[in-house]
Amino acid sequence: MLLIRCPYCEEERPELEFRNAGEAHVARSANMVGESDDDFEKFFFIRSNPKGIIYERWRHMHGCARFFNAVRDTVTDKFVMTYRAGEPKPSKLPKNSNEGLAK
Amino acid sequence: MKKYSVFAIAREAMRGHKGWEEQWSSPEPRKEYDVIIVGAGGHGLATAYYLATVHGITNVAVLEKGWLGGGNTGRNTTIIRSNYLYDESAGIYDHALKLWDGLSQELNYNVMYSARGVMMLAHNVHDIQVLKRHVHANRLNGIDNEWLTPEQAKEFCPPLNTSKDARYPVVGAALQRRGGTARHDAVAWGYARGASARGVHIIQNCEVTGVKRAANGAVMGVDTTRGFIGAKKVGVVAAGHSSVIMNMAGVRMPLESYPLQALVSEPVKPVVPCVVMSNTVHAYISQSDKGELVIGAGTDQYVSYSQTGGLHILQHTLDAICEMFPIFTRMKMLRSWGGIVDVTPDRSPILAKTPVSGLYVNCGWGTGGFKATPGSGHVFAHTIAKDDPHPINAPFTIERFRTGRLIDEAAAAAVAH
Repeated sequence: MLLIRCPYCEEERPELEFRNAGEAHVARSANMVGESDDDFEKFFFIRSNPKGIIYERWRHMHGCARFFNAVRDTVTDKFVMTYRAGEPKPSKLPKNSNEGLAK
Repeated sequence: MKKYSVFAIAREAMRGHKGWEEQWSSPEPRKEYDVIIVGAGGHGLATAYYLATVHGITNVAVLEKGWLGGGNTGRNTTIIRSNYLYDESAGIYDHALKLWDGLSQELNYNVMYSARGVMMLAHNVHDIQVLKRHVHANRLNGIDNEWLTPEQAKEFCPPLNTSKDARYPVVGAALQRRGGTARHDAVAWGYARGASARGVHIIQNCEVTGVKRAANGAVMGVDTTRGFIGAKKVGVVAAGHSSVIMNMAGVRMPLESYPLQALVSEPVKPVVPCVVMSNTVHAYISQSDKGELVIGAGTDQYVSYSQTGGLHILQHTLDAICEMFPIFTRMKMLRSWGGIVDVTPDRSPILAKTPVSGLYVNCGWGTGGFKATPGSGHVFAHTIAKDDPHPINAPFTIERFRTGRLIDEAAAAAVAH
């Protein structure tokens, strides 16, 4: 079971309190009706599914119930960091976060 | 290839079992092949086998980063059934089921296919409606599936708890008698032996690290840990890593990879005569010929390549097993393990040509690919050989996620996803 730090509650809590909500930073079009089939497919179905660093959404379902984002390595399942929803995708990951991470 | 038979056993018994030959060879890779298959699991080896036997294409290499059959082929719970709701799914899974029947003879290799019956339990009114819908849909497609009362279910599987005061009482069941189990390793080994005997190269410990494309975009071959190997046609059959390989060719896939776990108990005398599944309490169980109870758990909720899932997922499944079979509450579990399954948004596989000329993909089998192994290999070999899908796999395109023509077994869910 994962230990996940909720950036609102500011503590690590067991995974059972959380729901994974898929890949983060997938922008929803402001004009959904005008989306081409190709763009809608990219938005709705295509995922990066990386072997390595993933940016993903979680919801602290049985806590504050808020959505937030996390950076995790999908090979080790170790979290690099979590941050609040609406904050930009971190351009730099914290130092030492790459220790033990697969390339 | 020397044929296995009772006479071969007798002959070898007379001379100290010194005449058995290797089941498959381990050749040095050539510089170029007609077809490269990435991934020597059941589906990949079956593809190579049918390329050789049905289409006469024997200049084929199957590249495997580990050892053959060492991925999800060796990790699954070996359940075989074809009671899917939609016509497209019924077509491909029943194609596979028909090939399972007779596969041991075809391969001259005992894959231990045992049509012991797959029984899916209903616990409430909704389950009854869903499962009866499946029964009728299946029978319209010529697939056997029948409705059982709780008493009949108990008769078919005596250790099942059908008491009315159970937390989730059994109120009926759907039974596919042709469903059952097979020996997963033997399937990979049998196809490998058959393919190797016809000249297919199975190259283990050879990881694909890149996909080379020519100036016109067509596939030229693959970079591997043993150097570049050329081929005009490359078939990707890499299960949980399919999207990783496809990314090397510049194709982004509608796939996500999740851990899926299973576990086995200590071996006991025969007690579960069939496969029992329950989607509502989320558990399924069968018994191997060694006597272990084979239990499948669910997927974790997050994308991962770690091949380890959370313990609470196993606990959840064991709670359900103990509820369905109170007789097993004191059984000891011997081993548990995880594999990585690639899941599509509609929970149906992709067996198709890709936007890249010469590149083919067979992936997205999610939590239930083993049962399809022979059928999948058979139609995928056709797709590669003819550069055109077989009518059975024609609906299983990548483009369905753009056109919206999904095969939505996710919603139909004859299986616990």
